Amino acid sequence: MAEAAYDDALIGARAHDAVDSPARRALRRLLRRKGALFGLAVIVLFILLAVLAPLVSPYDPTAQSWTSVRKAPSALHWFGTDDVGRDVLARIIYGARASLLAGLVSVSIALTIGVPLGMVAGYFGGFIDALLSRITDAMLACPFLILAIALASFLGPSLRNAMIAIGITVTPIFVRLTRGQVMTVKVEDYVEAARVLGNPRWRIAVVHILPNILPALLVQASLSIAAAIIAEASLSFLGLGQQPPAPSWGSMLNSAQRFLTSAPWMAVWPGLAIFLTVMSFNLLGDGLRDALDPREN
Amino acid sequence: MLTFLAKRLIQLVPTLFFVSVLIFSLQQLLPGDPALTIAGEDRDPAVIEQIRRQYHLDQPLPVQYLHWVGGVLHGDLGESMRIKQSVSALVAEKLPVTIQLALMAMAFSITIGLTAGVVAAVFKDTVWDYLANVFALWGRSTPSFWLGIMLIFFFSVQLGWLPASGYVRPSEDFWGSIAATIMPAFVLGNVGAAVLMRHTRSAMLDALHSDYVRTARAKGLLERTVVLKHAMRNALTPVITLGALELGELLSGAVLTEQIFSIPGFGKLIVDAVFNRDYAVVQGVVLVTATVYIALNLIADILYVLVNPRLRT
Repeated sequence: MAEAAYDDALIGARAHDAVDSPARRALRRLLRRKGALFGLAVIVLFILLAVLAPLVSPYDPTAQSWTSVRKAPSALHWFGTDDVGRDVLARIIYGARASLLAGLVSVSIALTIGVPLGMVAGYFGGFIDALLSRITDAMLACPFLILAIALASFLGPSLRNAMIAIGITVTPIFVRLTRGQVMTVKVEDYVEAARVLGNPRWRIAVVHILPNILPALLVQASLSIAAAIIAEASLSFLGLGQQPPAPSWGSMLNSAQRFLTSAPWMAVWPGLAIFLTVMSFNLLGDGLRDALDPREN
Repeated sequence: MLTFLAKRLIQLVPTLFFVSVLIFSLQQLLPGDPALTIAGEDRDPAVIEQIRRQYHLDQPLPVQYLHWVGGVLHGDLGESMRIKQSVSALVAEKLPVTIQLALMAMAFSITIGLTAGVVAAVFKDTVWDYLANVFALWGRSTPSFWLGIMLIFFFSVQLGWLPASGYVRPSEDFWGSIAATIMPAFVLGNVGAAVLMRHTRSAMLDALHSDYVRTARAKGLLERTVVLKHAMRNALTPVITLGALELGELLSGAVLTEQIFSIPGFGKLIVDAVFNRDYAVVQGVVLVTATVYIALNLIADILYVLVNPRLRT
């Protein structure tokens, strides 16, 4: 009986611990932030639209119709039609695929390359740190968009190459962030304890250091996705990203420029879509930063 | 101060070296034989052979790099394949246009960003603070090319107040030049204003809660004097350095803005070079931009030390 009471007390204590774990506290704080929740809701909406595009799109995004060229928004075409009679709403829905894919893939590339390099630089220090830091400095010295344009132009125009170019351009941000975070964490007592216990270096890095730098990486990743979406739209606007007739918000704005007088709706919707998506990732990133800040109550 | 300057200059050497390696390496990303790509549609073997010799493509990579960097150090950034003009001359011709645009954009950024940041901090948690934060979020999230297109639609197409595109030199027609560049400068300065606003607000909040501001208030000084003379002067220290870095970012932002407003500057030069596969120009523009950016970083560091006497020792 006494043993059962003891078990119950233990379970209760564990449940209490679980409620108060840093991740749960951060989640509670995030859920209290209306801006972050709004951002998350819009992102989920755009992801659903992108995934379910064939089901929710009213028309084929590449289907041209010479009888409905540059038609203003109506019951038939909610967002109007473009210069070759394609439905703008359908292209916005399918265009979400290119934008979200570019954001997610390019930041994944940056994380995959940048985090291990930053961990090596921060953990080992010395010559390897000096070398990686100077290369990072050099890449950060080239303004983001100019380097992305240069890389995309040399790789050749396509969505895949644009994603690679943006991914490479974002990488030094993650190298620098990871390095700084690792240098702070590696002198903590629990890392020292893991070292004294004889854990190999890779295990200390992966099991003890990485989980503790994840919050900072998560915040940077969500803000970088916002920057990557704008960069993809910029490259597509310049003709270096998604190639026609495949839809992309950036390339839609490029064609819209020529028909501002006769069909301004062609420019309004893709711009609003980019703005809403980027703003949502920024709101989510800001919310995550506040929620994961240990100084916040 | 001199020791600090010497140290910073020495630190720049490896960064500049890696920047040059990075930009030189861009050429290696070209699919297939670079000589064939540079030759374009001209498949005459003699021409291709001449290109190989001219660009030292028949030699090992380190030798090619040394030739290229040797030229760069002597101010030779190569030659444009399309217009047969030296890249250095092209850069010298286009850069002043972009500098004019960047300085005007900077004026917008500072005026809007600083004012909004100070107001947001002084009236924290009021409707003014809320509006300033909404403005900052708007600035960070609006694609500049969309803002440019929308401004053209309203101010040029609908109202007919400003020219939709083109550029006039200030020496030819000062007011015409202002009219042609005011919209692109606003578009370019919009993001910078948002960034400056956030930093100014944060620095002002720190300053307004500091001991010296409390002392100034205890002395019975007017709130305006406390804010403008005591808090703002100290809060501006980090903002000055940020301003110098923002100027570098403006060079990057000019790429899209100049494209939308058809301004024949530095940004349009790189876009035209990309479309014409004029790779020497692309490399040259990236190199000059990176160098300007590094120089602005150095200036920002020096300014930071100059306005913060505690760092001079």
